[in-house]
Amino acid sequence: MNRAVVTGIGVVAPGRPGRENFWEMIVKGRTATRRITLFDPAPFRSRIGAECDFDPERCGLSYQEIRRTDRAGQFAIAAAREAVADSGIALAQERPERIGVSVGNGVGNAISMEQEYRTVSDNGRRWLVDPDYMVPHLYGYVMSSSLATEVAWATGAEGPATVVSSGCCAGIDAVGYAVDLIREGAAEVMVAGATDAPIYPITVSCFDTLRASSTSNDDPEHACRPFDERRNGLVLGEGSAVFVIEELEHARRRGAPVYCEVAGYAARANGYHMTGLRPDGREMGEAITAALDEARINPDEIDYANAHGSGTKQNDRHETAAYKRSLGEHAYGLPVSSIKSMVGHSLGSIGSIEIAASALAIDRGTVPPTANYEHPDPECDLDYVPGTAREGTLDVVLSVGSGFGGFQSAVVLTSPRRL
Amino acid sequence: MEAVREAQKTASVITGVGVVAPTGSDREAWWQATLDGKSGLGRISRFDPSGYPVRVAGEVTGFDPADHAPQRLVSETDAMTQYAFAATNEALADAAVDPARMPDLELAVITANSSGGVEFGQRELQKLYAEGPQAVGAYMSIAWFYAATTGQLSIRHGMRGPCGVLCSEQAGGLDALAQSRRVLAKGTRLVVSGGTDASLSPYGLVCQLSNGRLSQVPQPDEAYLPFSPDAAGYVPGEGGAILVMESLAAARARGAERVYGELAGYAATFDPRPGSGRPPTLRRAAELALADAGAEPGEVDVVFADGHGVPELDRQEAQAVAALFGPRGVPVSVPKTMTGRLYAGGAPLDVAAALLALRDQVIPPSVNTCPDPGHLLDLVTDRPRAARLRTVLVLARGYGGFNSAVVLRSVDTPAPLTHLSAGTSSHIPRRNG
Amino acid sequence: MSSISFDDLKAIMSRCTGELDGRELTESDLSTSFTEIGYDSLAVLEIASQLQREYGLQIPDEAIEEMDSPQAVIDYVNTNLAAV
Repeated sequence: MNRAVVTGIGVVAPGRPGRENFWEMIVKGRTATRRITLFDPAPFRSRIGAECDFDPERCGLSYQEIRRTDRAGQFAIAAAREAVADSGIALAQERPERIGVSVGNGVGNAISMEQEYRTVSDNGRRWLVDPDYMVPHLYGYVMSSSLATEVAWATGAEGPATVVSSGCCAGIDAVGYAVDLIREGAAEVMVAGATDAPIYPITVSCFDTLRASSTSNDDPEHACRPFDERRNGLVLGEGSAVFVIEELEHARRRGAPVYCEVAGYAARANGYHMTGLRPDGREMGEAITAALDEARINPDEIDYANAHGSGTKQNDRHETAAYKRSLGEHAYGLPVSSIKSMVGHSLGSIGSIEIAASALAIDRGTVPPTANYEHPDPECDLDYVPGTAREGTLDVVLSVGSGFGGFQSAVVLTSPRRL
Repeated sequence: MEAVREAQKTASVITGVGVVAPTGSDREAWWQATLDGKSGLGRISRFDPSGYPVRVAGEVTGFDPADHAPQRLVSETDAMTQYAFAATNEALADAAVDPARMPDLELAVITANSSGGVEFGQRELQKLYAEGPQAVGAYMSIAWFYAATTGQLSIRHGMRGPCGVLCSEQAGGLDALAQSRRVLAKGTRLVVSGGTDASLSPYGLVCQLSNGRLSQVPQPDEAYLPFSPDAAGYVPGEGGAILVMESLAAARARGAERVYGELAGYAATFDPRPGSGRPPTLRRAAELALADAGAEPGEVDVVFADGHGVPELDRQEAQAVAALFGPRGVPVSVPKTMTGRLYAGGAPLDVAAALLALRDQVIPPSVNTCPDPGHLLDLVTDRPRAARLRTVLVLARGYGGFNSAVVLRSVDTPAPLTHLSAGTSSHIPRRNG
Repeated sequence: MSSISFDDLKAIMSRCTGELDGRELTESDLSTSFTEIGYDSLAVLEIASQLQREYGLQIPDEAIEEMDSPQAVIDYVNTNLAAV
């Protein structure tokens, strides 16, 4: 069977765009959570977000790309170009039909859908919205598949392309999908990753209504506190991470440096509740076990677990239980950290941003910390790497995700030393 | 021979079909209407369309979601998911499987989605802007997003395996079936797959208008004419199909009564970016799907075409079909002329039609349209055509460059044609009305 | 509106999640927990959202955690409407 390796990484994460800015921020334990600036958050219960300081023009997007795309699409184009440049792949010399695209996403082009709704409905006054105020790219906004179109156009891909939209697991599942296509030979190169830009009134209202977002409005920098007993909810984030994933021999032929192999991936569903989690962590544990089985790796070989760690009580307990179920005693000595403490929860995108953090952790031999972890919760009794990054050789890294709809996903990355 | 038998056992087959369509709210009603050539297109009734340039659509009528799901689930879902509740119930009953009696982690749900629960979303956006953030309901978080249908089906039927959601506009339905085949090959026992869509709210329609491909012809029987010289765009519709997929070995082991057919081949391609000067890639998708199925073009007995109804896209598809099969080399049909294009639900409904065509050995017709002779297509129009069918090619294209193709193949020996001429099948209408 | 009655709440609950399958809510259910009468956490949040809409309330998170039965909702709303 073909093997799939990551040879390029592009990131637009909260804070300054770019892979290295992202990595520098998370290893230093700095947080990008702040009072929302993308709109006036005053009327909302939670007024905190982790926003990207993103200027599409400065990130190299053309005027037409900017005009026709939502913020989510712009993130993805910028991240895809950075990933391609990073991998050193000369796309023009590749066979376009052997390049595929898979883009994870949760809420589509939500900002543009909301902005255009306001216009055609005259700010909510009309149910029979006015077609005379329709913008030409509205169709690309309603169809999230346009995100795959944009990445394909940005890279010249003509192989299989799709958007993977399994809610907050989409960022992991899109990478898993890409790996499957490479393994079965449907593509040699996949430009795969995820993007989401949910920080806008409707999504903020949704999390307000669910009482799932943090209300630490007076202290946004410390609002997201995964695994900390004083946690009070998630902080919405935004951004994109995109990878160049190649068939191993293809990467070797062109002498490409390899960040990691995507050695195992699995998805399960809890089949329980659209937003609720059972505290036993069974299905997330099953996803972890299945991903390890696919990678032929034992639980005790894992050097670092990049957590979902959203900072809600129900997640943190569910996830801690899942590690114990699937990894046994090894869970207790394993560094487990959540970068959501720093970059927030960007829904469909975060799984890929966390895979970027995991791949860079292997590459740089550094475990990023969990920021804001100060008060241990007796029910969450693992090593959450509080505050400070740790150096060491990382050969096997696990990254997990969990989301609305009951989705649970896990991916196992291994160091190129093991190839 | 041994290899053939081995391949047969791991083959992914369809054992249950459920449908909600503008031409019928269940499988047999829809299929009978399809064979009868009865169109479900009409003036939009869900809201007053007089202020819009597009007034014709394929609406699902006579459908009460409460017949298919408890009120609690109806309250928290958009119509797109309610259609899937109904179609899933029907597909599972058709396959005669009870997920509750199967190992939950070996069952999965993989659906395609297109525009999400856009009517539900429009209502909540209206509350947000007309009344304020505290008016937004708790169900908005779970009703409109693209993963809502897979999540709800997974919960309702306790299916806890590798679930998923794919969005490739109107090609995504085939990608979802292929992903189901993939997880079956990895050991999942049964997958509920397909797609449904319900975009006919005012905002949903206006979003669709902006692609410039919708027909503005006000007469329902003249609005959507794929491959016709008078083609002027397509008519949007709602609904879709849900299929039960499992490995042939698993279906045999549990004594499944009906195996509709095998998903024998699949491929997806993406068109070059505009201005590249490179050719479109639908033909390559079809060729790769045939190669994946180990089938020669000559083995294909009928093509269910994408049939966009947009002149340039029709020309491209006709060229691809003629190039693969020769001029008028294979019967072609576009039964979606009766339903309109159902977005994420469209390709699964075409697959359902292909499977019932295999079951009944009959090609359903395309209606209203009369093909441009220049397309060199043998388009089956107005009346169903009895034919010996074993291998079917289904084509789908999605706005923005998506192309997918699947090859479906009979697993059981097809019934001899004499069976049809004896008129024993109740599903075949009489030729002379 | 200055107070909420059982019938008002019943109407809101019915709008949020529809009639309970085959059974009408009665006053004897007032102190039964939402879970027992078939309303999950999301349904309770939906009820809270409808109360905010119709009564102009801003219900804090802590109050929602305590709304575990129809009676608790009625008590909360009436106390807080009186305070307005």
